[in-house]
Amino acid sequence: MSRDHARPLVRAESIAKIYHGKGGTTAVFEDLWFSVHEGEFVCLIGHSGCGKTTILNILAGLDRSDAGTVLAGGTEIDGPSLDRAVIFQSHALLPWLTVLGNIAFAVRSRRPGWRRDKVLDHCRQFIDLVGLNGAEDKKPAQLSGGMRQRVGIARALAIEPKMLLMDEPFSALDALTRGMLQEEVLRICRETHQTVFMITHDIDEAILLADRIILMSNGPGAVIAEIVENPLPRDRTRHDVHHHPLYYATRNHLLDFLVNRSRDLAGTRHIDPRHPPVVRPASDWPAPVQSIPARALGNRTAG
Amino acid sequence: MAALSLGVRAAIASFVILAVFLAFWHLGTQGTGPGAAMDPEYAKLMGVTAVTGQSAMPGPGQVGIKLWEHLINPFYDNGPNDKGIGIQLAYSLARVLAGYALAVAVALPLGFAIGMSPLIYRALDPFIQVLRPISPLAWMPLALYTIKDSGLSAIFVIFICSVWPMLLNTAFGVATVRREWLNVARTLEVGRFRLAFAVILPAAAPTIMTGMRISISIAWLVIVAAEMLVGGTGIGYFVWNEWNNLSITNVIIAILAIGMVGMALDQTLGRIARLVTYPE
Repeated sequence: MSRDHARPLVRAESIAKIYHGKGGTTAVFEDLWFSVHEGEFVCLIGHSGCGKTTILNILAGLDRSDAGTVLAGGTEIDGPSLDRAVIFQSHALLPWLTVLGNIAFAVRSRRPGWRRDKVLDHCRQFIDLVGLNGAEDKKPAQLSGGMRQRVGIARALAIEPKMLLMDEPFSALDALTRGMLQEEVLRICRETHQTVFMITHDIDEAILLADRIILMSNGPGAVIAEIVENPLPRDRTRHDVHHHPLYYATRNHLLDFLVNRSRDLAGTRHIDPRHPPVVRPASDWPAPVQSIPARALGNRTAG
Repeated sequence: MAALSLGVRAAIASFVILAVFLAFWHLGTQGTGPGAAMDPEYAKLMGVTAVTGQSAMPGPGQVGIKLWEHLINPFYDNGPNDKGIGIQLAYSLARVLAGYALAVAVALPLGFAIGMSPLIYRALDPFIQVLRPISPLAWMPLALYTIKDSGLSAIFVIFICSVWPMLLNTAFGVATVRREWLNVARTLEVGRFRLAFAVILPAAAPTIMTGMRISISIAWLVIVAAEMLVGGTGIGYFVWNEWNNLSITNVIIAILAIGMVGMALDQTLGRIARLVTYPE
């Protein structure tokens, strides 16, 4: 699936994060180029320490890149914006406000001119969307982890952002809750055609949710090693995704990357940073029982 | 026997401790009876204590009777040196609340500025470190000389002693607001004013209230000493005046009253603190 016709909503150009320590400078990651197109769901996978959260914070405008730029709709990002809502790993709800209060806080920021009842109506619509009816007047401390993250999702969606940035939003949840929330996110994104950039280390989550999966090599000196296009159809669900003939080929490819190749590629200079290899797993691949050398992978196209 | 709740058992224990204390007090202040026969003229010189064996320290009964007199008529005013204990407490409370209110008005905005700006924090830190450990009463001569009014000087002393805990706690509370809450506000493009009042203030409120609670306790401790110095009115002056009258009974009653009012002040602020505390 070529996305050349879609205009990139956000484009990172040669971004880097460099730490100046006693023993010289260390680049956590450097020379990263990637874009997220409108209506696309992009996941970024990598081991901890490759700077995933920093990349998300740079896109959000909460952190600055030490090199290059990030363009959002053609203009450079120089700070946080209501156009890019963040769903934090730790949900980051304000504990002294109720569920409704937390969402209303965000809505009032977006629509300062709205009257009180209009704000509350708008909030209730999004409480409804994430299935939190009846919990409007509860404080975050009274909610379970999954419900808190639902509030976080509702708060982010309620400001109707151009783009949603999710920082491992489900990693602190138990497997059952995580699965339910993944399905909710999938449904909501389909209904609203929301553009999403999500950080994760969960391969199954990436296969279920993402259209494209950006693979990072290990840090320091992390680079984008590969971009995997999800070959599974967009109407996949959590219940049938693993029955798809390409599911295991994709999963094994990603797993193999995380287990073996991400380490081998750390600090590599053999990848063109502007055009990392784009891979689309195919059914005729040999089952990757052992590590497959990168050059043996088929269907490679220059991005 | 049915098991009593912890609260009931604790209340019984408290009551027993009080009863034991009163019993010892009573026994300790009992007269030993007339001492050895002495020359009547010498006995006159020695006073009633020596003659009857009666201790100058009043017993719980005497204090109780006197306390009842104060309680049924707390606001009498028979001139400058004979006012009811209620009037004296009201004078002290008014001074404490005036000085405390001034301290709140200074400490909260300044604490906010210190907590939000590392520059202001570093610039003011040496002054705070030097001024904070000074006993508030050491300011008294300076205050009397510059303000030239003993009542206002007492209020100034209350101000200077209650400003530090509030200032430091506010600064600490503001500086340690969770990063993620600030990040939420930043991604929502919340303005500075709204950030301060809708995010930082509620987030730091429990810490600020802790400082305010420490401050009111210190202010109430200091007012007694300050009023002993400046004289005229107030519970501190009352204590010193009754000491000069050698009325130990009234001194004990004043001590009891100081404790009760101090507890009430602390409980009031504790209740407000619970209102602004949020569970995480």
